[in-house]
Amino acid sequence: MTYEITVDGKPHRLELERAESVWKCRLDGREMVVDAVLARPDVLSLLIEGHSYEIKREQTATDLHLWVGSTRFGVELRDPRSLRSRRDGVGDDSGPKKLVCPMPGKIVRVLVAEKSEVDAGQGIVVVEAMKMQNEIKSPKKGVVRKILAVPGANVNAGDVLAIVE
Amino acid sequence: MFKKILIANRGEIAVRVIRACREMGIATVAVYSEADRAALHVRKADEAYPIGPSPAAESYLRMDKILDVARRSGAQAIHPGYGFLSENAKFAQACADAGVKFIGPTPASMEMMGSKTRARQEMEKASVPFVPGTSRGLQSPEEGEQVAERVGYPVMLKAAAGGGGKGMRLVHTRAELRSALEAAQSEAQRAFGDSEVYVEKAIVNPRHIEMQVLADEHGHTVWLGERECSIQRRHQKVLEESPSPIVDADMRRRMGEVAVRVARAAGYTNAGTVEFLVDEQKNFYFLEMNTRLQVEHPVTELTTGLDLVHLQIRIANGEELPFTQDDVQIRGHAIECRIYAEDPDNNYFPSPGKITLLLAPSGPGIRRDSGMYEGWTVPLDYDPLLAKIIGYGTDRQQAIMRLRRALHEYFVAGIKTNISLFQRILEDADFQAGKLDTGYLGRLLAKKQVAGEHAPDAAIAAIAAGLFAVLDPESAGHKNGSTGGTTSAASKWKERGRSEALR
Repeated sequence: MTYEITVDGKPHRLELERAESVWKCRLDGREMVVDAVLARPDVLSLLIEGHSYEIKREQTATDLHLWVGSTRFGVELRDPRSLRSRRDGVGDDSGPKKLVCPMPGKIVRVLVAEKSEVDAGQGIVVVEAMKMQNEIKSPKKGVVRKILAVPGANVNAGDVLAIVE
Repeated sequence: MFKKILIANRGEIAVRVIRACREMGIATVAVYSEADRAALHVRKADEAYPIGPSPAAESYLRMDKILDVARRSGAQAIHPGYGFLSENAKFAQACADAGVKFIGPTPASMEMMGSKTRARQEMEKASVPFVPGTSRGLQSPEEGEQVAERVGYPVMLKAAAGGGGKGMRLVHTRAELRSALEAAQSEAQRAFGDSEVYVEKAIVNPRHIEMQVLADEHGHTVWLGERECSIQRRHQKVLEESPSPIVDADMRRRMGEVAVRVARAAGYTNAGTVEFLVDEQKNFYFLEMNTRLQVEHPVTELTTGLDLVHLQIRIANGEELPFTQDDVQIRGHAIECRIYAEDPDNNYFPSPGKITLLLAPSGPGIRRDSGMYEGWTVPLDYDPLLAKIIGYGTDRQQAIMRLRRALHEYFVAGIKTNISLFQRILEDADFQAGKLDTGYLGRLLAKKQVAGEHAPDAAIAAIAAGLFAVLDPESAGHKNGSTGGTTSAASKWKERGRSEALR
């Protein structure tokens, strides 16, 4: 099996081949033997050249994180044979940007009107969760093209609150 | 002894009290809001009854509903935990009127300690040291200038009805005082409908140290040692320890004696905490009394060997304290970390949602008081405190190392927690040297975090990503935090088919 894997933005190529009870891995051309046991869902125990690693997996609405010990890595995995295509348009700073709600909560206030100019980091919507009011700030300098947040409404993590262009 | 106790709270503290009751052979009654049907305290209690919709004002703060459950279930006493109704004198009175024992102080003591100026006046009578200044509102800017001259600048202007930093002004020089007073008065008027403002000396870089007291209903009052609570974020405590790195036996005894005097002056019964501000010369000043069990009570339990909840229940049952002040021994060192559902990488935003993976620490010297479990969805309606982890050791150094080891074992996925913050604090040189004040955490967080050298581990992460895809393909992508993931059965079949085909 061959995977294209991005770890914290850096691309890697991984080939895996089962060899009896272990795996032959070739990572970016470097070969090693890995003993892997799935200890429970989302927890992997790896033995590589005598070193023991415990890896935890966390899948959020938008990201895949792997934790090696206490260190977190943002990971994207692509199987070249998979029909799923890579998400595109990420990291592009021009054009409209979505203001995404980072946590579930309730819209308390909308601080700006549509068509108004905002600076990067300026508060646009106030969301209340767990007794705290939090300002959700503009991802870029620009003009507020659309406000989707409605005061009093409940929102989920990942919901689009506004669009800044 | 009581046969049945109702716990008017939720989360880790409700579980803590239920555990104490079970240890004492007392049956427990939980109450829960609509958001909390699946909460841990409901699962652990002998009986549980719904008390209304998710907002606390319609459930956990509804005295009538809670007392109705007490009557229906036959509970003889109510433990209020902390927060919610725990410091509400009206609730304590309503319990008494309903013939249910409130496990805490009397309504009169709670009322006295509830008002800042009233508490200050009473404490003045009992010659308790508090921050120099006035105990009544300022009549004129000239009076303010005179007092400031007497106690020395900088001074703090404070609203008598105040709280949460409203109506407060720090004044460095005489020239600033007049306009600051006007601003504080109008802010106090707007916020509390009361423009009364008093002045006291500003303590620069204070420590926040508190003293635990216990009083029975037969006139015995004891102190149980201090807790250092200077590590705070936005006036919220984050990490507490006992003993304080700066308090020696003599200072502890003096603080303890003042705390007992405060409790006696208030006619106090049951468990309470006297909070002090401590200046750089180790002078301590009375700040306020918390008339409840504190979140951080476990550090005192570990260093004294006492169970404060057991003792609260025994005191409420009318028993005498089973020990005297001379029997109280402080041994070893304990540190508590408050695990909150908040995101350290995103300005400590609250992070409710579903816990998809929970690996909990254990081992020597580690106590964990938790209200969460794997698979549970943390509701967004309440305080973000999820759990407390307390490290105990023969000395401070061992307690720190045990906690660091335990935090390394602790893993929560699906929601964000502040676990990484504690690694940062515990390995910080100033923390290890005990150089703490209420500005400590702000300074630490302002420091740029040195990025760890994790290049070799990135390769491990890449290998693991591939092996997860082969060994555990089902879990990935099915664990959306808040909505629970709505992958249809059809697409699961499709996915399964695809992974089989690729094998």
